[in-house]
Amino acid sequence: MINKQVASVAEALADVRDGATIMIGGFGEAGSPIELIHALIDQGARDLVVVSNNAGSGEVGLAALIKTGRVAKVVCSYPRTANSTVFPELYHAGKLELELVPQGTLAERIRAGGAGIPAFYTPSAVGTPLAEGKETRTFDGREYLMELGLKADFALIKGRAADTHGNVLYNKTARNFGPIMAMAAKTAVVQVEKVVAAGELDPETIVTPGVFVQRVVEVAHPAHESELVAQGAVYP
Amino acid sequence: MSADTPTGWSRDEMAKRLAQDIPDGSYVNLGIGIPELVAKYVPEGRELVYHTENGLLGMGPSPAEGEGDPELINAGKRHVTANPGASFFHHADSFAMIRGGHIDLCVLGALQVACNGDLANWSTGTADAIPAVGGAMDLVAGVRSIYVITQHCTKTGEPKLVEKCTYPLTGLGVVTRIYSELAVIDVTAQGFRLVELAPGVSFDDVQQRTGAPLLPKQ
Repeated sequence: MINKQVASVAEALADVRDGATIMIGGFGEAGSPIELIHALIDQGARDLVVVSNNAGSGEVGLAALIKTGRVAKVVCSYPRTANSTVFPELYHAGKLELELVPQGTLAERIRAGGAGIPAFYTPSAVGTPLAEGKETRTFDGREYLMELGLKADFALIKGRAADTHGNVLYNKTARNFGPIMAMAAKTAVVQVEKVVAAGELDPETIVTPGVFVQRVVEVAHPAHESELVAQGAVYP
Repeated sequence: MSADTPTGWSRDEMAKRLAQDIPDGSYVNLGIGIPELVAKYVPEGRELVYHTENGLLGMGPSPAEGEGDPELINAGKRHVTANPGASFFHHADSFAMIRGGHIDLCVLGALQVACNGDLANWSTGTADAIPAVGGAMDLVAGVRSIYVITQHCTKTGEPKLVEKCTYPLTGLGVVTRIYSELAVIDVTAQGFRLVELAPGVSFDDVQQRTGAPLLPKQ
């Protein structure tokens, strides 16, 4: 019997090892899997490489994870955010490596990683400082950069609903990196407000097919980063 | 710079002037800042579809205060709404729309624009800045027309329209047209060419504040 539901966020992340690469969904707070990130903080793995569009705000969620000092490197397109103090502090202190990637290149590297494509050519960033050291090739008279696919050991994703086969639905612009990170990770963990039995979701509406998802966990009332930051919340 | 600096258009008037040039039915990506104002001035009788790269086509105006949904935001991470006919999609699809040439027009801000169309708009290159690029490099690489809307000079009076960008580049030869408070200027194979002056502004006023030769209106 297939049943990908696990009982708790702690159980969902119990086997994360030191040095793991973790993709974390979300664009700003939309789609940020805060409860899974907090469970990763509790779990204690270190020397992590985090792949995420942003670097969090306040001292909750992704920012709180970075603050623990257990993140060695961030692969990111836009680490500068309002209410973001943790990232700048560690970055300026030289305690955190940053690989800055254009947002579309980041998305395509993740998609490619999940689709079995080791590298691809893109026109983005040609002629800019972010092209330095990268292989280029000309197609039809235009120059392109070679970029590598990205894979991860785990992906932490927030959805709206899932079934026990791991089929996932999202909520509005919280979808963002979820579907492609699920593809690119060996173990994709999705937190959703409701897990239902296989067969209860309309197959025509599934956004992420269950084959890309290894674990689903119910978090009935997920927190929103901006509300926690406004309350001055600090994790742990 | 002379004391009698002409005022020209306000920010809202710049946005309104730009909006006149967007054809009916266009798919448009609006950058953060002054570009966002453009959405307020769609001319009567035209329908535009706004794309926001975090995953929404058919972006509508901001909701009433207190009615925002933290999972319905734009690329500037502000609360927005979804218009009738809207769709949501993931990031790889969103940037396939951008890179694949499916978006007609992108309106961006700028730190510098060179007379060959080079754009610098993501970093001043200072050592203490946190580097952050977002989707700007993808937008300029893939969207068919790139309009820049910007103040003509920096706060300290340095021209933003220059012979050659000194800040780190976003893209090479990508800017199509510039809307400032003083003028509308095209980027052509010959360099900057005047399209239209704001009221009360002379050609010399604009040339004086532009860091590269300005060709007269054709």
